Amino acid sequence: MTQVFEWERPLVELEQRIADLHRFVADHGIDCEKELAELEHRAERLRKDIYENLTPFQRVMMARHPKRPTALDYISMLLDEFDEFHGDRTYRDDGAIVGGVGTFEGTPVTVIGPQKGRDTKENLARNFGLPHPEGYRKALRLMKQAEKFGRPIITFIDVVGAYPGIQAEERGQGLVIAQCIEEMSFIRTPILCIITGEGGSGGALAIGVGDRILMLEHAWYSVISPEMCATILWRDSARAPQAAELLRLTPADLLKFGIIDDVITEPIGGAHRDHAIMGQQMRAFIRRYLAEICKVPVDRLVEERLARFRAIGKFTTERMPIDA
Amino acid sequence: MLNVFRSKPKYVTVKRSEVEQRKELPDNLWTRCDHCSQMLYNKELEKEMFVCRCGHHFRLSASQRLNMIADEGSFAPFAPLYAADPLNFPGYPEKIQAAQQLTGLDDAVLIGEAKVFDTPVILGVIDFAFIGGSMGSVVGEQLTRGFETAVDKKLPVVIFSGGGGGARMHEGIFSLMQMAKTAQAVGRHSRAGLLFISVLTHPTMGGIYASFASLGDIILAEPGALIGFAGPRIVEETTRQKLPPGFQTAEFALEHGMIDMLVKRPQMRAAIGRLLRYHQRGGRK
Ligand SMILES: [Zn+2]
Repeated sequence: MTQVFEWERPLVELEQRIADLHRFVADHGIDCEKELAELEHRAERLRKDIYENLTPFQRVMMARHPKRPTALDYISMLLDEFDEFHGDRTYRDDGAIVGGVGTFEGTPVTVIGPQKGRDTKENLARNFGLPHPEGYRKALRLMKQAEKFGRPIITFIDVVGAYPGIQAEERGQGLVIAQCIEEMSFIRTPILCIITGEGGSGGALAIGVGDRILMLEHAWYSVISPEMCATILWRDSARAPQAAELLRLTPADLLKFGIIDDVITEPIGGAHRDHAIMGQQMRAFIRRYLAEICKVPVDRLVEERLARFRAIGKFTTERMPIDA
Repeated sequence: MLNVFRSKPKYVTVKRSEVEQRKELPDNLWTRCDHCSQMLYNKELEKEMFVCRCGHHFRLSASQRLNMIADEGSFAPFAPLYAADPLNFPGYPEKIQAAQQLTGLDDAVLIGEAKVFDTPVILGVIDFAFIGGSMGSVVGEQLTRGFETAVDKKLPVVIFSGGGGGARMHEGIFSLMQMAKTAQAVGRHSRAGLLFISVLTHPTMGGIYASFASLGDIILAEPGALIGFAGPRIVEETTRQKLPPGFQTAEFALEHGMIDMLVKRPQMRAAIGRLLRYHQRGGRK
């Protein structure tokens, strides 16, 4: 049984009733077509009502759904073949970031992404998808490798943040994030970034500097998590839903701000409900945007990438007025 | 104290901050050291560049810092920019205004052209007193303009990242993107073969440490400065481990290979002068 959110409980219960009725019909051969149609209709309305009116924090929770497709799920659904490469060549292999080379519809690509685990055992091995510096160094190494061989890069971003640990600090977490951001900005090969779940601050940006930046419908991207923001503002992480409103972290907001280029629609109820449909949808977007950026001469690509980030920021030459 | 501002600034007069003015009130002659608790006579503390006898480096305002580094009368600040409120974040305009009044600054960075031992440089200082020295759009833009001006004029850049509260939460994603923008500005400057000296002062954390401040050709730090990505409290809460002594101090960063040198404040100006000299075209002047 997949995790059900409080706000979808009425829908899930209704869907259960429909399933039960279907079974009843099948078992007893009684005609309930009218009743079924009526229930289906109600379910459809409820679905629209629930999923088209999600609050920002409900979206954040969708992004964190334990069954949400991970980087390795997308890799296995979308690549014809794939070899995972390991290690940063300096310290160790960080399971919280996976990467390697494969082909997407025949084209060799480098794919990189933070990887959360499905169960406790895998989560321990992957440090709950929270990368150490060596994870980012591995990502950077694979990006440089892609540049050398002129391969496009796809990053699947789902990370609440870089790991805030003692050893992570000792090994230069801040430094390596800075290096990733800087080097990625100048890499002479097309880069497609897709925020598939959580886009948490510097840990996400470290693999998020690209030529096209796409975002799933129920993903979030922000300078700070809603929980941390609520803790800073009100010393109460339980007020995260309120902070999520303030931070404007939804795809719709970020599209309006010009931070991302497009939003990838999810199957109704979220990507976790139907990985296959999510995969098909993702494939269509990757095909389109990869083709778009692979056409651009690389000098222009890098110039446009830099110009894009250069233009981001809101300021004035007059002092901000204060509303009385 | 010396005044490093050019007598006729092109665009703006930077007022002395309330904090500095308050320090000179007669009923405020003494300051207690946070580190060793001894009482220090303010006049003497100022003479010692706000370093206690125990070695503790007091936090400086941006203009105090400039005064210690730039040649007298050499500093010409860039045209002022002011924060907008892109998210309509509740209380942000008021917070900006209060910080402006407290510090006399437009935003958390003071940056412009200056000379250090007659060498022209772009010199910038981040001021912790302005919303924790956090990087919003204004800080990102001014730093970027600093590196761009330096590329145009072939100048070295010296930035004191004193007070990287990190992100300017109130500007949300726009704050995060300043990490990319400033890192790219450093990248262009670096690819033009020019020198960037990054000086980490207390505290340099979060988004500031994880962007331009880590990308210096040479990274210096003041003794005792807190330097790191995640705040020590977050690290302690997440790992439920006792933090090792001296965790995330400048000394810790030096030991772990993250910085080039520790430089005490009284030697900072001379050190920067020396480093600038090593990098003059043709070697010797
Ligand atoms: Zn002391």
